[in-house]
Amino acid sequence: MKYQSQKIALTYFSGAMLLFVLQVVAGLWAAYIYVSPNFLSELMPFNIVRMIHTNALIVWLLLGFFGASYYLIPEESEREIHSTRLAYIQFAILLLGAVGAVVGYIFRVHEGREFLEQPLWVKIGIIVAALIFLYNVTMTVLQGRKTAITNVLLLGLWGIAIFFLFALYNPGNLVIDKIYWWYVVHIWVEGVWELVMAAVLAFLMLKLTGVDREVVDKWLYAIVALALFSGLLGTGHHYYWIGTPGYWQWLGSIFSTLEMLPFFAMVLFTFSMVWKRRRDHPNYAALLWSLGCAVLAFFGAGVWGFMHTLHGINYYTHGTQVTAAHAHLAFFGAYVCLNLAMITYAMPYLLNREPYNQVLNMISFWVLAGSVSFMTFTLTFAGVVQTHLQRVNGQAYMEVQDQLHLFYLMRLGAGAFVVLGAILFIVATFVPMRSEVISGKAAAPLPAE
Amino acid sequence: MELFSKSAARNIFYGGSLVFLLIFLGLTAQSHLYALHNSTDVSALTPAVVHGKRIWERHACINCHTILGEGAYFAPELGNVWVRYGGRENPEAARDALKAWIANQPTGIEGRRQMPNFHLSDQELNDLVDFFKWVSDIKTQDWPPNKAG
Repeated sequence: MKYQSQKIALTYFSGAMLLFVLQVVAGLWAAYIYVSPNFLSELMPFNIVRMIHTNALIVWLLLGFFGASYYLIPEESEREIHSTRLAYIQFAILLLGAVGAVVGYIFRVHEGREFLEQPLWVKIGIIVAALIFLYNVTMTVLQGRKTAITNVLLLGLWGIAIFFLFALYNPGNLVIDKIYWWYVVHIWVEGVWELVMAAVLAFLMLKLTGVDREVVDKWLYAIVALALFSGLLGTGHHYYWIGTPGYWQWLGSIFSTLEMLPFFAMVLFTFSMVWKRRRDHPNYAALLWSLGCAVLAFFGAGVWGFMHTLHGINYYTHGTQVTAAHAHLAFFGAYVCLNLAMITYAMPYLLNREPYNQVLNMISFWVLAGSVSFMTFTLTFAGVVQTHLQRVNGQAYMEVQDQLHLFYLMRLGAGAFVVLGAILFIVATFVPMRSEVISGKAAAPLPAE
Repeated sequence: MELFSKSAARNIFYGGSLVFLLIFLGLTAQSHLYALHNSTDVSALTPAVVHGKRIWERHACINCHTILGEGAYFAPELGNVWVRYGGRENPEAARDALKAWIANQPTGIEGRRQMPNFHLSDQELNDLVDFFKWVSDIKTQDWPPNKAG
């Protein structure tokens, strides 16, 4: 750690891991309700449990992005963060908002649009925190060295804040409500979040492989260009059946098919950087998470997204378990893995600790990647059966659901392993260890070119 | 001279993104107008319907159900629930059946998914049904494929 203020990231990563645990526990709970629907059904109905599951996910991913920014911006800009105090105030607001929201949800205090259930005071808190953050990091970047990584990262972070403002607009007309609801939801995860993802991956590749910055930068711009060129009009795949014009069926099908490209480019980028590496960084776990991120994002967001994005197919699969399958692997691959990669990379520096406990960390990667993939497969099968019975044959919803029990049972099993994997990860990165099981430095360093 | 320099990549990114953003904003503006003039019946969007939407939101119905295919996938689609209950043929009976269904939750039947009781007044139930009725008339490019939703 070259700069003292990078330490801010430790607080953000800790908060993120706390909510990560809450997210997967709520997820396991929701999966259990699918199998045993009477479980505490009056105390904690499904809608409340799911709200906690999705909201905790979103907030911890954002905390991770903020932490990653505070860690990498000083190194990129070659100066301390503008104000350490503001960074901690921002964290306090976010944590207060997150805890307040979760406690509120349990007592049925919430708004009612999916993912935007936070009460107004929490939404305003998020905006205030975002403004503090943007001021703080923008000042740092403006006064320091400007790099492609900080340019793209800042653009992504500004985009997150700007598009979140649409969360405040809730008209009485459901169609108009939905059009702009997607401004937050789609433009976040299939737009500006991808900028953050590409920037953080670029930083990790730079540090882990030692490849020339010039090469990394070019890849970065190419990836984010593909992301926004495809992702903005790719919003069209959400505008098929919600009372919007028919032309979205063609625009959405074409551009959201192209949404596979930035993810494929990230696979090519990360693997070719590793092949061309000029440095053998001892943190193999961070490299595993980075490569895993690119690959699983390509499958989860790219392939699983494409599977049901063409309008002729989506007409039948829209709003079935196929969507749930895609959402789980996409979020895990693109954003969970990204954050865990960054945390794995940064923690040894933040805690000034070696060894990394990276064997356990790599085990947690395979447990998480394996169980989320298995979950995705079970939900995909459930979704295909559901689509056929309900959308093609016209059987009633609950009748069909009863036939999906086996899939939900398998999903519950996968969920239990996800919780296990999350705990293993946190133990590996946060709990001190006397000695590494296998030394990461055992391999002979590669000669420079 | 490189074929694809870093500054070329950067300019393509910024310029291209701006162009796609403007196209996207233009098309959503057009879609907004389309929603007002073509796909929804704005004259039927009464205070009761809007109030129904607020009740729908207050109880986070979307975290179990879907509406026009969006939401959680734990409970049936409600965008066409009015049609499924025969509202187009017999509105009175559909209204009564929907209200009775909501008021009689939870069933408590072992092994069945449970919907909470939201303690809605008769007025609130009527407004909620008005909302479902209004939503069922949205022109959705003929989605869902059948009444099952």
